[in-house]
Amino acid sequence: MEKQFQHIICDPDKCVGCQECELACSMAKHQVFDPALSRIRNVRIEPIVMLSVACRLCSDPPCVTACPRNALTQDPEKGIILVDPDLCDGCGWCIEACEFGAILLNPSTKKVEMCDLCADLDEPQCVKYCQKKALYLGVPETVAQKTRREVVSKLLQELVK
Amino acid sequence: MYSYTGKILHIDVTNRKTHVQQVSEDFLKRYMGGVSLAARLAYDNTPKGADPLGPDNALCFATSAFAGMMVPVGTKHAVAAKSPLTGFLGDCLASSHFSAAIKRAGYDGIVIKGKADKPVWVFIDDDVVYFNDAADLWGLETFPTEEAIRAKMGDERVRACTIGPAGERLVRFANLTNDRGRQAGRTGLGAVMGAKLIKAVAIRGTKPIKVADPDKLCAIARQLGEIAQTSKTEKYRILGTPANVLAMNRLGILPTRNYQEGEFEGAEKISGEYMHEHYTQKAVACAGCPIACEQMVYVKEGEYGGARTSIDYESLYAVGPNCGVDYMPGVIAAIERCDAYGMDTLSTGVTISWAMECFQRGILTKEDFGGLEPHWGNHQAVVALVKQIAYREGIGDLLAEGVKRAAAKVGKGSEHFAMHVKGLEACGYDARGVQTFALGCAVGTRGPCHNRSLAYEVDIKGEVDRLKAGPDRGKLAKRTEEFAAVFDTVMLCKFIRACFKDIWTEIPQLYTYATGIPLTPDELKLAMERAWNLKKAFNIREGWTKEDDWLPPRWLKDPLPAGGSKGAYVKPEDLRIMIQSYYEARGWTPNGLIPKEKLVALGLEDIAEDIGV
Repeated sequence: MEKQFQHIICDPDKCVGCQECELACSMAKHQVFDPALSRIRNVRIEPIVMLSVACRLCSDPPCVTACPRNALTQDPEKGIILVDPDLCDGCGWCIEACEFGAILLNPSTKKVEMCDLCADLDEPQCVKYCQKKALYLGVPETVAQKTRREVVSKLLQELVK
Repeated sequence: MYSYTGKILHIDVTNRKTHVQQVSEDFLKRYMGGVSLAARLAYDNTPKGADPLGPDNALCFATSAFAGMMVPVGTKHAVAAKSPLTGFLGDCLASSHFSAAIKRAGYDGIVIKGKADKPVWVFIDDDVVYFNDAADLWGLETFPTEEAIRAKMGDERVRACTIGPAGERLVRFANLTNDRGRQAGRTGLGAVMGAKLIKAVAIRGTKPIKVADPDKLCAIARQLGEIAQTSKTEKYRILGTPANVLAMNRLGILPTRNYQEGEFEGAEKISGEYMHEHYTQKAVACAGCPIACEQMVYVKEGEYGGARTSIDYESLYAVGPNCGVDYMPGVIAAIERCDAYGMDTLSTGVTISWAMECFQRGILTKEDFGGLEPHWGNHQAVVALVKQIAYREGIGDLLAEGVKRAAAKVGKGSEHFAMHVKGLEACGYDARGVQTFALGCAVGTRGPCHNRSLAYEVDIKGEVDRLKAGPDRGKLAKRTEEFAAVFDTVMLCKFIRACFKDIWTEIPQLYTYATGIPLTPDELKLAMERAWNLKKAFNIREGWTKEDDWLPPRWLKDPLPAGGSKGAYVKPEDLRIMIQSYYEARGWTPNGLIPKEKLVALGLEDIAEDIGV
């Protein structure tokens, strides 16, 4: 079986577009509030479409392939993308290769950053601070399981009415 | 300096010049932010007697100690200027991305003066200010203006505060709109910006915000955010403020047919519950808000098919029951159009309802309305009048002046039911059934306002007999004004107010974690008193006298005919007693002026010289 890595998933029905995830991320990683330094970004397409996007920890990640300086590697256990700051020169090819726009070019260090699931903390801070519980960790199979459970329990509620 | 930037950006659109004023930490602690800081900037930068629609009127934006950070509902800003409706201070609040952008660009406040020689949009790109030709934007509605600017810049970080066609035409209750549906809504600040020929103020702020104690700030922020998911904010999260429709109807204070009645037979059909069931698609949030009260509604089909906007109680009552309308799609369409044209829904609704009553009484005729027959409940007429006001077409040109000026022009007894105080149209609580709030409406510095005076809470929660006046109300009015002022100054959305146990201790703590500036509960209380006196001082300088603190004749003479507040009206002699008790509670003279010693005690020595007695 191809390995699937847990990553941050956002439920668009629950997301209200508050952007607290961005602030939690920039605070965890850079000790400031700044969406431009956040590795998760909230996309808000008015009036009611909103969703946060972070690194999806792809298997066979195109960002790693795209890097001309071999600055990016994927952690075989967790699947997070590791950036070697000595090799990364901020060229941005990985950003162009990423299909989800999930990579950040830090404007001051000129190095790329992506979600590492807050590897150094007990849990991803965006998940911790998401009051609407729109963010959670999962893989496609567990997402489908969750959806199935929700739809079936809803059906049962209808039946017992 | 933490959180604050210590900088006020001054923009002169006449000469296309800017400069940055440095302000000290002491100054920022004194005025804090929001309405208080905006009022100080307006006091300092608008000369006495300035024409509200002239170049000298300073349009002042102020952000706050909590904007752009994780503090729930703290990403807000205030705007103040001399109001073209009242001739006194107009102070408004709005929220979301634009509020954070001001601070991220590096400013605590922005002061805009002058008048451009042709339409411009001002672009504040961090430290650089551009004056751009707005020929291609002039005429656009509010949200399309914002979108066009973002498309032009190709960057989603660009946030804009815009005017629509109403602001361009100097409709006296035009507003300022940012982030699609957030408005600095009342007192006509959109006309102030329109008079300067500024179509939009756009900001790209890219600077990080540092706070003094991130760990403690985040911990409290998270705790507050969690409390905000409980029953303490349930009303706002589930139905939003439209939950008030049935509640006010039960109390008999739901303004109906231009405040002729306080009970509406069609209330069920335009209630929050009905709206939620049939029209709400999703509740969305401002930036930085874990409550998400904004009820996005959508009309799928019919004559208003495609109308989509967010609905709050105050907008709903104004164009709904207040115009006799019980047809939800019509209400949605009228609000959606006000938002698109950039007009205050309350003033629009209350001005239209006055015109409808003129029609009812034969003071204005079908001919005056260009063939329209604005019977109560005629939603097509309401929607048509909204457009005529925005574009100043037909009778809309008269109504665009606001109800005070329109009634003065039409006369024939229509002043009796022109529902305004100081020129600002009334709000969604019939003051006859909440008499502490009646006092709040009479003395409010910007006019009658449920946001500046929370006195209706004292009435509705049964702290006093709401149907009677009394000499104890002065101190209650003061107390509720200062409670509201904390939220408007520090700034936090009032919808989180039930999540605090004691704002006077919890908020100073949070303020210190953000700014690093020590603040005691007593200092916060003093700052709120200072803020209120500052607004009043602006008005006194503009010629305020105690005759300006009064209520519309209808509330003083006509008892409510039926319902939960049947028979109630505000007796003029009672109102006089309440007003005197209020002046006394504030430490003002019997004529409502501020003694010099009072201003000195509040640290407003320079103002004491100007207006103190």
